[in-house]
Amino acid sequence: MSDSTNTPTPSNTTLRVGRGVFLATALGGLTSLWWGRSAWSRVSALIGPVESLIPLVPQGGWRIYTVSGTLPGFDPASWRLELNGAVKTPASLDYRELLTLPKVEQVSTFHCVTGWTVHNVAWGGVRIKDVLAHVTPHADAHALRFVSAENPYDDYLTLEQASLGDVMLAYEMDGKPLAREHGAPLRLVIPDMYGYKNVKWLNRIELVPRESKGYWENLGYDQNAWVGRSNGYGTA
Amino acid sequence: MTRYVRRFSRTERVLHWANAVGFLTLLGSGLVLYLPSLAVLVGRRPLVKDVHFWSGIGWVALLALIPLVGDRRGILRTARELDRFDRDDARWLLGRRPAPQGRFNAGQKLNATITAAYTFLFFVSGMLLWLGERDTRFRFASTVVLHDGLMYAAVILLIGHLYLAVIHPTTRHALRGITVGTVSEDWARRHHGKWKPE
Repeated sequence: MSDSTNTPTPSNTTLRVGRGVFLATALGGLTSLWWGRSAWSRVSALIGPVESLIPLVPQGGWRIYTVSGTLPGFDPASWRLELNGAVKTPASLDYRELLTLPKVEQVSTFHCVTGWTVHNVAWGGVRIKDVLAHVTPHADAHALRFVSAENPYDDYLTLEQASLGDVMLAYEMDGKPLAREHGAPLRLVIPDMYGYKNVKWLNRIELVPRESKGYWENLGYDQNAWVGRSNGYGTA
Repeated sequence: MTRYVRRFSRTERVLHWANAVGFLTLLGSGLVLYLPSLAVLVGRRPLVKDVHFWSGIGWVALLALIPLVGDRRGILRTARELDRFDRDDARWLLGRRPAPQGRFNAGQKLNATITAAYTFLFFVSGMLLWLGERDTRFRFASTVVLHDGLMYAAVILLIGHLYLAVIHPTTRHALRGITVGTVSEDWARRHHGKWKPE
């Protein structure tokens, strides 16, 4: 008795490798929803020094998010930062006046709510209090509305949040005047909050009694965008 | 006179080119959303976002519909071919010769399988990005990393695929198979010795 007829010859033996490869790739990809970010930060640290040589890599890790069709332009001759709302007399600063205010510099990390981060961004600019010194707020003004030239983008901070030590209005980034795509000539920088609070193309600061919903808050994002403890990350 | 044998059915070819056109549209619109230099050059982010999203939906819908309205059984047979690896496939992957191959060589089987897995992951991560912008329950810190990482992996795979299909002298005849459907009998015998064309 022999079972040789049931033994496949070696060259005819097939294994269902394809479905294994499919499942392993799909599962590896899905689990990366939990480990991808830390792996990516290691990779970017590794390629950092040579990233400008690699095609399809965003320089410095930035992505440019906008909500309207075109990026606002900047003309130093006509640009003004309006200061109004709950103030005795509205005022405004032109670009030259802005540059005469006490300059501060800081290096901080920029976090986007969608999951990307840019470390060690060197900002140059002014503290909000030095700008607000040009107006006399009403006693009931407890918040600031930051209005972008990119209509209809705006967002709010309480006066308390706006006075955090590393909150600034930046007109320089990494030693150069703020580039158009980063909000030229002036943007809000609040490192403890996600990027959507860091209003770009700033051209008006309005003093208001209390904060309201800004552009992204109206679309369901948290009012207080604390990094790591808002918008579904960590505990709010 | 050269004799030709049929390598790919019409359904297979339509599926391949729908995948190619869909992927390239998504790659182009995706890069405009992703790279600052292109984002500044093109602008119109909300429009590009809509193009990217709806191309993604259209891409996946077409990939599902084409086999349904076309030769469904043929596509299932192809899927089984791509799934099964024999000893010669293992030898082929290890660079040992001779290793006679079927209608698909082991590299093509892997390419098709990994491409299918990437398509699934692109779709899942893309939907999570879209939903996450609307509801925090769908938001993961690494969704964007997965979506972008897949782009790099898929582009590397595509470059290899294009090199073999368009440039490499001994393999580029395969391009004829995926466009008009047939390849020369002689080429088929040399590259796919175990394949018995119908």
